[in-house]
Formats: sequence, structure tokens, C-alpha cells
Amino acid sequence: MSDGAVVTRPTTDERLTPTSWVTRLLRRPAVSAGIAALVIFVFFSVTTQSFASSAGIATWLESAATIGIMAVPVGLLMTAGEFDLSAGVMVGFSGLVTGVLTTHYGVNVWLSMALSAVACLAVGVLNGMLVTRTRLPSFIVTLGTFFVLQGVNLALLKAIIGQVSIQGMNRVPGFRDVQWLLASRTSIFGMQVQASVWWWVAVVALGTWVLTRTRYGNWIYAVGGAFESAREVGVPVKRTKVALFTATAGCGWLVGQISLFRFGTAQSSSGIGLELIFIICAVVGGCVMTGGVGSAIGPALGALIYGMANLGIVYAGWDNNWLKAFLGVMLLLAVLLNNYIRERAEGLR
Amino acid sequence: MRPQARRLSVLGVVIAFAVALLSACSLPDDTTPSLAAPAQPRDVGNLTFAVITHASAGDEFWDRVQSGARQAGSDYGVTVQYSSSPDPGQQSLLVDQAVASHVDGLVVSLANPDGLETSVRAAVAAGIPVVTINSGLDVWKKFGAITHIGQSESIAGKAAGERLKAEGATNAICVIHEAGNVGLEQRCAAAAQGMGGRMRNVQVDVTNPTAVASTIKASLQHDPTIDAVLTLQGAVAVQAVQAAREAYSRATIATFDLSTDVLKDIIAGRISFAIDQQPYVQGYLGITALYLHAINGNDIGGGEPIYSGPSFVTKDNAQQVLQYAARGTR
Repeated sequence: MSDGAVVTRPTTDERLTPTSWVTRLLRRPAVSAGIAALVIFVFFSVTTQSFASSAGIATWLESAATIGIMAVPVGLLMTAGEFDLSAGVMVGFSGLVTGVLTTHYGVNVWLSMALSAVACLAVGVLNGMLVTRTRLPSFIVTLGTFFVLQGVNLALLKAIIGQVSIQGMNRVPGFRDVQWLLASRTSIFGMQVQASVWWWVAVVALGTWVLTRTRYGNWIYAVGGAFESAREVGVPVKRTKVALFTATAGCGWLVGQISLFRFGTAQSSSGIGLELIFIICAVVGGCVMTGGVGSAIGPALGALIYGMANLGIVYAGWDNNWLKAFLGVMLLLAVLLNNYIRERAEGLR
Repeated sequence: MRPQARRLSVLGVVIAFAVALLSACSLPDDTTPSLAAPAQPRDVGNLTFAVITHASAGDEFWDRVQSGARQAGSDYGVTVQYSSSPDPGQQSLLVDQAVASHVDGLVVSLANPDGLETSVRAAVAAGIPVVTINSGLDVWKKFGAITHIGQSESIAGKAAGERLKAEGATNAICVIHEAGNVGLEQRCAAAAQGMGGRMRNVQVDVTNPTAVASTIKASLQHDPTIDAVLTLQGAVAVQAVQAAREAYSRATIATFDLSTDVLKDIIAGRISFAIDQQPYVQGYLGITALYLHAINGNDIGGGEPIYSGPSFVTKDNAQQVLQYAARGTR
């Protein structure tokens, strides 16, 4: 019953004293993703000129950051045994709400962001309540909210502003102030690092802290690893899951705002399809679909791999039509590797 | 309390919803099926035309096509049913459905002609007048359509390429935002031909704005000698402007299709020009062609396609176009 928790929690390792540090390291779900990220980094650094340049690194870091911010809560949710297929379209929804409120109704930009946050969190809570109350698979429930939001993004936007994308966002009063917070660049070692990268780091740090240093983190592993046992020992299983769905929606809000203020526009199609990229990143980062095993750093590494592969292909001058095929192969390799390591680790015990 | 009862009630709601949806879908059956000879003037109050395109939901361009078709519908007092699917299989099912509900005319875009051939031919065989719009310039005659209303991708692409050449471009990238769209590939190929120099295609995913901008940025960093970026959609052009600025590139940016932000960038000199294929015209004229055919037996076009563009938007006329773009018709 507790196998998942034992594999992932280093604190129980004193029971396994004879194992070497290499074995212990390999058992951690994120390590294979770390190795893969390193291999990809070295590969593109050696084969291309601009990949490891300061401008190059800043570019692929940004590409990884917006995916990474979402991959972390999606990974935690997966650790608790649930999915959120509405995570991608939530990003679009978030930006559109703020965009409509500011450009169409002239609402103050900060207030619009707050209202957008309320709307996103409400959808997150709804997802969580539907899943925990009905006991329906979250795959089905969030597939429903995914389609609802996709329809709302298009129909409501069209009905209100008569167009399908937000225009004129960068002329909204206060736009530059928010941009400073969410989409400014900082110069470090000659790299123009986007603010989204800092937000990504913050989300990973917060996720790691919650998962490893708080009681709440134990609950996440417990509900994902052994739902009934967790409930019997008094873990508030419903509250844990609702909080995770809400956190995912909150991160969706953050990415939506970053994207809106970075590019000054949001389209009704924004974010559709990204939910699967988040799931890929989480799985590549060592989260297990059935729950009980996962980390916050793993999905972040998965997103890093995505970002590097995404742009490495461009820097190498290859045909980037191959990107999706490459991601698919990465996913399969990651799953096979994780599976192998888990079997080995369990066999050794 | 009683999960069984609750589950049943949920099931009931789902079934009721499904039934409601189905009945809504079959509404077109109510219109009287009339297959009169095309040469006879008819009661225009009963006409129903279906517009079936390959647009994915929320696409700005197709939104304008739809607006044009609906405007024509209300101007002529005919019913316009608009539906779309980017998947050729789904789109041909929509055509089959329209044929089955005996619409009085069909406006269809042929982004993937082979996928739609059977359905369009079946519509023609059933005596339903067909007009193709946007894509399908090479096949409309073969399929038996009255005419084709659109822009020749090769004429427009070539014009774009020639214009880029005139602005001194020698090494360009062409940003394709929709995988598998034959028309976009044709545009880039024709633009490369018109420009004469080196032009490479770059594929991006339009639903992820960060990826679009960073892919363009990476391409410009990879090859600093790139002096022109040609995008095929308005939103992508605006991101290309930002990408070029961040990559410290002085590349000329040009785009197909318009949006308010593109026009403002043209006015500010950040985008050099936009090629407008006038989607509103495609929707409006598509319905017009069917209407004339229905009330008076007219076939417009004289056996040739009707070009809705290209119309160039530059600094000189951007201000004027802006007011139409703002209301979503250009």
C-alpha cells in the first residue's frame, strides 16, 4: 500500500541503509528527467552555434517557463491521482477575461486581473467539487469543463467584443506597470531573462516546499497512492483534491496573464491543446499516471526538455515539423525508463 | 445520500441535453425542400444557403467570412447556415448533412480538395448549386461548381514576394501557423518564387503564443542575415514584430491578413505591408452568387474564378481600413 510513498520519500530511507547513493538517487522520479535534460542541452550546445549563447538560453528558458508553471500543478495533481484537461484552455480563458474587461469595459487593469483570478479559481473549485462529490473520473469531468471553456472563450468573446481576439491591449492604462511585473526582462550574465522564468522558479520552489516540508504534501502522496487507506487514517481527501484543482486553475490564471501582458493579445483559441503538453511534461518528469509518485521539480525538468527541444530544432536548422514526433518519442522513453527504474527499485527492496 | 438516485438523475439530465442538441441540429429539415429548375424566379423568402468551411473555431479570418455571408443573408432576406470543421472528414459530413436537408445552395471552402471531392460531387449531382470560396481554385470547375471566389494563393504569394524584393529582401523566413494547410504552403512557395532570394519555411503552433514568438526569435538568432519575415496570419505578425525587436533583428515584416493590431503596426511603421484577401468579400459574394443563381438563373464569373484579392494595405491606406477592421468586417 505504501510502496509509492516509500519510493519517493527519502525520509524513509534509513530502512534501506545497505543501498548505495546511486540507487537511492535513481529511485527519485525526477532524476531520469534531469539526465535527459542534460543530454539534450549538451547535444544542442555542441551541434549548434546559438543554442548555448546568452540570447539562445534566454529564449528557450522563456519557452519552457510558461509550460513549466503549469506542468508543476498538473504534476502534483497527477501525484494525487487526478487529471486536469481544462488546464490548457484555462490559460486562454484567463487572458480573455482580463482582456475583455480592460479593452471593452474599461475596468482598471489590476481589478480586471483580480476578477479574472476569481473566475479561474471558481472553475478550479468547480472541477474539484465535481470530481470529489460525484466520484466520476477527473478525466471525464475536466474534459467537460475543457469543452465548456473552449465554447465560452469563443462564443462569449464574439458576443461581447464582436471579434475573436483581444486587440489594443497595450494601450490600456497601467499596461506597462503590469508588464513590469509579469513580462519584463532582467539582465543576468548577459542574458535577457523574461519575468516568466522567475515565476516558474517560484512555482517550482513553492511546489517542492509544499510537497516535502508540509503535512499537506504527505496528504497529496497519500490520496494518490492509497485513497481508501488515506481516508481511513483521517486525511481530508476531498479538501486535498479540491485545493489541487484550484491551484492548477490559479497557475493557469498566472500563465494567461503573463501571456496577455507579454504579447498584448489573447485569441479565443489560445491554450487549446496545451493540456496534453503539460501532461507530457509531468510524465517525462517522473509523475506516474496512477498517482502516488511525483515531484514538483520533475515536471519542471519535463518543461525544460520541451522548451529546449522546441527551439533546439530551430537552432539546428532542422525542419521543425518533426517537433511533435520528437516529443512523442521522449514521452515513451521517459515512461519506459521510469517503469524500469521503479521495477528495479521495488525488486531490490 | 442515495448515490443510485442521484446517478439516475444525472443520467436523465444528460439524455435530455443530448435530445435537445439533436433536435436543434435537425432544424434545417423544416425548410421546404424545393428542387425547381434554376432558370425560374422563385419565392426568395424560403431560400436557405449553407456555408461550410474548413475553419477551426475562433479563427479571425473565418469570422469575417462568416460576417460577410450573414450580412448578405440579411440583405437578401435568405437564411444562411454557417458551420465549419478543420478536419476534411468532418467537413464532408457537414456537406452531406446539408445535401440531406435539401438546402438551396452550398458555399464550401476546399482546403483539402481530395477529402471533399465525393461530397461536393454528390451535392452537385443532387441538383444543389455549389460555389467554392477561399481554397479550391484548381478544382472548382472539375467538381461542377458555378464559380470560385477567392484569392489565388500563387498570385497573392508572388505579389508578396515581389514586394519584399522591392524592399530589398534577399533572405527570408515564411512562418506557417497551421500544419497541413496546403494553401499556406502554396503561399510560401509562391512568395519564394516572387522574391527570388532565399526563403525558408518555419512551422509554429498558433495556440501557444510563447512558442510562436520564441520560435521566430530563435530563427532570427540562428541566422542574423535574415532580412524579411513573412507571416500568414495577423496575430503571428504582431508576435513577429516583438520577436524581431528582441532578437535585435532589422528584418522587414510583412503579413497576409489583417487585424486592428496589424493595422496599428503598419501605421507605426513596424510592419511594412499586409496582403488582404478580403474574407468578408468571399462570404458576401458566395451568397450573392447563389442568390443570383436562385432568383434569376445567373451564373457569375463566366466560367472563370472571381478574385477577392489581393489588396495591399500599407501606411498610405491603413488608417482608412482601420475603422472597418475595428468592427470585425475587414
